[in-house]
Amino acid sequence: MTLPPEAGAEAEAAAPEAVLAGAGTTEGRSLGQIAWMRLKKDKVALGGGIFLIFLILVAIFAPLIVKYLGYPPNEFHQELIDTAGGTLEPIGRFGGMSWDHLMGVEPVNGRDIFSRVVYGSRISLLIAFLATLLSVAIGTTLGIISGFIGGWTDTLTSRLMDIFLAFPLLVLAIALAGVFPDDAFGLHGNQLRIALLIFIIGFFNWPYIGRIIRGQTLSLREREFVESAKSIGARRGYILRTEMLPNLIAPILVYSTLLIPTNILFEAALSFLGVGIRPPTPSWGGMLSDAVVYYTQPHFMFWPGMAIFVTVLAFNLFGDGLRDALDPRANR
Amino acid sequence: MNHSRSWRVRGLTAAGVSAALVLAACGGGGGGTGSQQGSSNQSSQAVFNAASTSVVNPSDKKGGTLKFANPGDWDSLDPGETYYAYSWNFARLYGRSLMMFKSGPGKEGNQLVPDLAEAPGKSSDGAKTWTYKIRKGVKFDDGTEVTSADVKYAVLRSTDKQTFPNGPAYWEAPSALNLPNGYKGPYKTPNMNTDSAIETPDEYTIVFHMKKPFAAFDYLVQQPDTMPVPKDKDTGAKYRNSIVSTGPYKFADMQPGKSFNLVRNDQWDPATDPNRKALPDRIEVTLNVNADDLDNRLLSGDLDVDVTAVGVQPAAQSRVLQDPTLKANADNPLGVRNWYTSINPTVPPLNNIECRKAIMYGMDHTGYQTAYGGQFAGGDIATTILPPSIPGHVDFDLYPSGPDHKGDLDAAKKSLEACGQPNGFETNIAYRAERPKEKAAAEAFQQALGRIGIKLTLRPYPLADYFAQYCGLPPYVVKNKLGLCINGWGADWPDGFGFLSQITDSRVIRPAGGSSNTSVRIPEVDKMLDTALTELNTDKRNQIWGEIDKRVMQEAVIYPGVYSKALFVRSKNATNIMVTDAYGEYDYLGMGAQK
Repeated sequence: MTLPPEAGAEAEAAAPEAVLAGAGTTEGRSLGQIAWMRLKKDKVALGGGIFLIFLILVAIFAPLIVKYLGYPPNEFHQELIDTAGGTLEPIGRFGGMSWDHLMGVEPVNGRDIFSRVVYGSRISLLIAFLATLLSVAIGTTLGIISGFIGGWTDTLTSRLMDIFLAFPLLVLAIALAGVFPDDAFGLHGNQLRIALLIFIIGFFNWPYIGRIIRGQTLSLREREFVESAKSIGARRGYILRTEMLPNLIAPILVYSTLLIPTNILFEAALSFLGVGIRPPTPSWGGMLSDAVVYYTQPHFMFWPGMAIFVTVLAFNLFGDGLRDALDPRANR
Repeated sequence: MNHSRSWRVRGLTAAGVSAALVLAACGGGGGGTGSQQGSSNQSSQAVFNAASTSVVNPSDKKGGTLKFANPGDWDSLDPGETYYAYSWNFARLYGRSLMMFKSGPGKEGNQLVPDLAEAPGKSSDGAKTWTYKIRKGVKFDDGTEVTSADVKYAVLRSTDKQTFPNGPAYWEAPSALNLPNGYKGPYKTPNMNTDSAIETPDEYTIVFHMKKPFAAFDYLVQQPDTMPVPKDKDTGAKYRNSIVSTGPYKFADMQPGKSFNLVRNDQWDPATDPNRKALPDRIEVTLNVNADDLDNRLLSGDLDVDVTAVGVQPAAQSRVLQDPTLKANADNPLGVRNWYTSINPTVPPLNNIECRKAIMYGMDHTGYQTAYGGQFAGGDIATTILPPSIPGHVDFDLYPSGPDHKGDLDAAKKSLEACGQPNGFETNIAYRAERPKEKAAAEAFQQALGRIGIKLTLRPYPLADYFAQYCGLPPYVVKNKLGLCINGWGADWPDGFGFLSQITDSRVIRPAGGSSNTSVRIPEVDKMLDTALTELNTDKRNQIWGEIDKRVMQEAVIYPGVYSKALFVRSKNATNIMVTDAYGEYDYLGMGAQK
């Protein structure tokens, strides 16, 4: 495994010049193809990736899955709860698990946990994806500008990043989500909550990716191909778009993949603290929060906890694999 | 006669942001109905819920040690500042107020008896002036005799809400004691003449002057803030750690935040005190004990009493209810609290009484009960505002919900049609975000009313500002269409005034917010409340409370929810175990110890 990385490094450095020259068919392999080849060999990352695709499908087809395998996520089934004995725990073993209720039912109101976990994936993934997109958009733009232009622009942006990094994000999020009214910006109820969560999580996470992009840009702008582009009179915008950005795709992709699980956890934390999605709309963090009171009923916490755990693990494995594939020098 | 809130509900809220784990009523309360006799076994002496109506393990044996524990800490042990039911119950061990609740099981505990006073108060001036004679020979634990000046001083210092922010606010409220203008308590205005409010013509006589009639004044002077405080030993806010006792026990080994003990007070003379048996030699109190650990130690016999009387945690609850032996040694009294929901007539279409009735008929009572913790930990299904343990309670049900209490959907639909909304309508339901039980109740409302087409959206609000800025702020309620507000109320003492005045009097609703009454605006009820305040005959007064209850229910502005109940574990070591209706808790005054 020593040779291919070397070749990869060459290819990576060579690719942009090849593109510039308009002669990309020398070896018949683009950067993407090489990365894909390496990724295919990494079985763990591939497993993570496949699971992620599965998860996204589950989120998209949640109503269909629940229609055949579950119940409406907010429907009460109090006949499955021990109200006569007064314990309010699900009747039957393992929290009332059965073919009807695959993961059992919640104590007190008897809602189907399977359906709620499935529906919860929609909220978690939607918020995590969109928040990541927002972070990446802001982070990349400001990172490139800061790194490329340098000077006082760089100083200003870097200090701004420092300020954002020093922000007590959780406290701010709780305060913001707590004081917000129910109608604002033409949005209402849960739509507004989702938009708000995306904004909070996305807007305050951009400096992480911003710093990485700035660092990459700093090293890239000194490279020969940029110098040569400058020397033949290319404009700034052209260099940014055509010379820099393609070389930054790899780190952007890797850090996005690694940022998504962080954001899933953050959303879960906010829901857990009661400032996330409004009940009874299911979300994983919200389910955990509900389950805390009933720690004698471990199944209630197990399933949403497991969902978060597996999802975050899958994203991390896939992200690691992607990093290795795109930047083989990083992890030897 | 306003007070800002009732006995607080004691919740175990982790510091900062985390949700409160358990919220139970201050009270359980004794045996009004006595419906559950559980798995009673004639040969066994332990019977489920026996202490709610009778004395379990009766004994007159003196000596021994009782071990109390508190999952948190007192708001204050200072009798002038404390405002928890359990604390008022406990304070009778170390202090003597003018009147007190008798030590006895069930309804017997509801009786007011003279304690420091020789007899109940004598009124004059249309129930505005009240006179008490103080017993002779009552001493502080340092041996000096208690005089009327000490009682006056105790009441006056408790009005200083800057020094004592936690206490009840009956005395200094605008319509209460006739205090001179600008009076700020004995610390800040020591030289002001306060005889217009409280006179002490001699060492054993005390006269209270109120601005408005207060017929049930004896209830007011059973508050711990009439327990005498010696002026020369008073250290203001620090007095809570160096309290001078007048009761049979005094403080020893006070370690604030950790523990303290009550030991016998040798200056207490049983001859001056017909109400206290003072059986145990010692009462040891540990503070800040983990709530689940506390339950386990109660079950193992290592501790005797959870002094806060919130009932066991869910973990211990399912253990107790599933084990017949444990259950037989548990009590499940009814409290003096109602977990109800306000139906706000200011929010269309709920301005139409028929639409409000649709909610009354359409709601699933069992769902509401389950949300609050079921029949044992939650409470009994309520059909009136007044809980059964409060004198004046009348049993009636204006909106029958079917034999299974799941709601009468036909009646609900008819009401909807009469309201002109045959397909239902949309509105919002507010609840306190930190309270899982209220969230569950809101979800239960959403499910049940969904059956008749009423679509509810859940609106959680922070507990701290729930009444100041949201449900209690009338313009906010209208603007945000908060048709329903989950609510709850416990009386400061088991009396109709304490229970109804703050939640059914429309005059307590302030445009600037802060009132617990969000929905009751009936001029007729306001008048009835005024009549009751001047009615000196207790029976007639109690009758008025029942009438007010019914009148409010007719307007369908309160969905009555559940009368709170709590599950207590009976001590293995204690004797004379009984639940007093006054507090809905074990009677701490009468309890003795085997060893």
